[in-house]
Amino acid sequence: MDLIFQQMPIVIGALNEGFIQTLKLFAVTLLGALPLGLVIAFGTLSKIKIISYFAQFIIWIIRGTPLMIQLLIVYYFPGLVLKTPIWGGGESGRFLAASIAFIINYACYFSEIYRGGIQSVPIGQQEAGLVLGMTKRQIFFHVTLLQMIKRIVPPISNEIITLVKDTALARIIALQEIIWAGQAFMKGSHGISGAIWPLFFTAVYYLIFNGIVTLLLTKLEKKMDYFR
Amino acid sequence: MAILEVKNICKTFENTEVLKGINFSLEKGQVLSIIGSSGSGKTTLLRCLNFLETPDEGIIKVKGEILFDSKDPSTRLERQIRQKRLHFGLVFQSFNLFPQYTALENVTLAPKLMAKDKKTYEAEKENINSRARELLNQVGLSDRINNYPHQLSGGQQQRVAIARALILKPDILCFDEPTSALDPELTGEVLKVIKKLSDKKNTMIIVTHEMEFARDVSSHVIFMDGGVICEQGEPQELFNNPKEERTKQFLTRFNN
Repeated sequence: MDLIFQQMPIVIGALNEGFIQTLKLFAVTLLGALPLGLVIAFGTLSKIKIISYFAQFIIWIIRGTPLMIQLLIVYYFPGLVLKTPIWGGGESGRFLAASIAFIINYACYFSEIYRGGIQSVPIGQQEAGLVLGMTKRQIFFHVTLLQMIKRIVPPISNEIITLVKDTALARIIALQEIIWAGQAFMKGSHGISGAIWPLFFTAVYYLIFNGIVTLLLTKLEKKMDYFR
Repeated sequence: MAILEVKNICKTFENTEVLKGINFSLEKGQVLSIIGSSGSGKTTLLRCLNFLETPDEGIIKVKGEILFDSKDPSTRLERQIRQKRLHFGLVFQSFNLFPQYTALENVTLAPKLMAKDKKTYEAEKENINSRARELLNQVGLSDRINNYPHQLSGGQQQRVAIARALILKPDILCFDEPTSALDPELTGEVLKVIKKLSDKKNTMIIVTHEMEFARDVSSHVIFMDGGVICEQGEPQELFNNPKEERTKQFLTRFNN
């Protein structure tokens, strides 16, 4: 126990650093995937068959294969197969590759939730907008969108909480996120080796952060309680 | 001149012929009631007039202007259809109020969106708000303007929907079974509002199962059956002295 207290400041410092990378990946993924998911959802709902099938095909591929494999392909495929290593070797290159894989992956999951949300708004809402002379665009932004958001907040919340933990997969391409940082103390890092407790301790970070995320999402859900 | 002329409207869904050549016309200030059993094509006819469905055949003319002609593809352009819709207003059976807006906001949303790009928007906004308040007052909801739809009864919601349609000053206001989702008490309050509108010489088309109301309020009644107009005429005549066998059959319960 004394040993742990001795190691604590060093470990916390390293874990904090890793956790910043985790948070960055989390934030970038959300910022990219939330809007991209809407684009893909519109793709699947498109009246133009080719666009709709293409969007459905992408969703099938992305949801049908492990995110871990997608990370490896995004990171290694350009360099090993195409012989054009676009990512570079450093941490920033790994972060960029991880971000792209995560954004595409989560956008596909979000898009299906969006699609369900759009389709669950009664058709009468759209028709009411039409007979009042609104454009399709106006109907989407002023009538459908908020009703859709209200319906999708609970399932999206689920995905967001999963995303917090999924970021750990990025260590497969050696992104130095928090689990990577925790694991490093087993092999040896900052003069400490053979210590497994830092890895266990990373769970506290996830737990606290997910607590905050849950609170925020619940607040958002409550905010839309004023209508039904 | 008739304000509305409808010629030979036909509409088929998949393999079902829903409308088989509907012809009628309507004078300004008249109230037309359309009665008939469920599935006779009444609602589809109203939806065709409001461009929610595109007829396969036929002509729709308002104030002499051809709004739709199945033989003229230029009358099907999306952007023009939006303008043409404004000749008509439609009140739905299921109200279809926007749940995230208050009664007042429901009424003002469409005119505000229309005025948004104009330079005079700020001035017009006030105008729209006061007109909306006036209309909500007319339908007896002046104390409910800041309520959300889920806080209103069905009858109140339908009256908001009527005010929402009226604010765009349609030439012809259509009602699609406006009271079918309401209990008898709430039905009464909605019908009272529609009656008041007819007294003010609003041109209206009402699809309804309220026979007594149709008889009292309309200037003309159409009885539809199987996608055609089976019989039409003055309300007293059609209700008290129907000529066609099918009309007699339909009205049996009402006339006893």
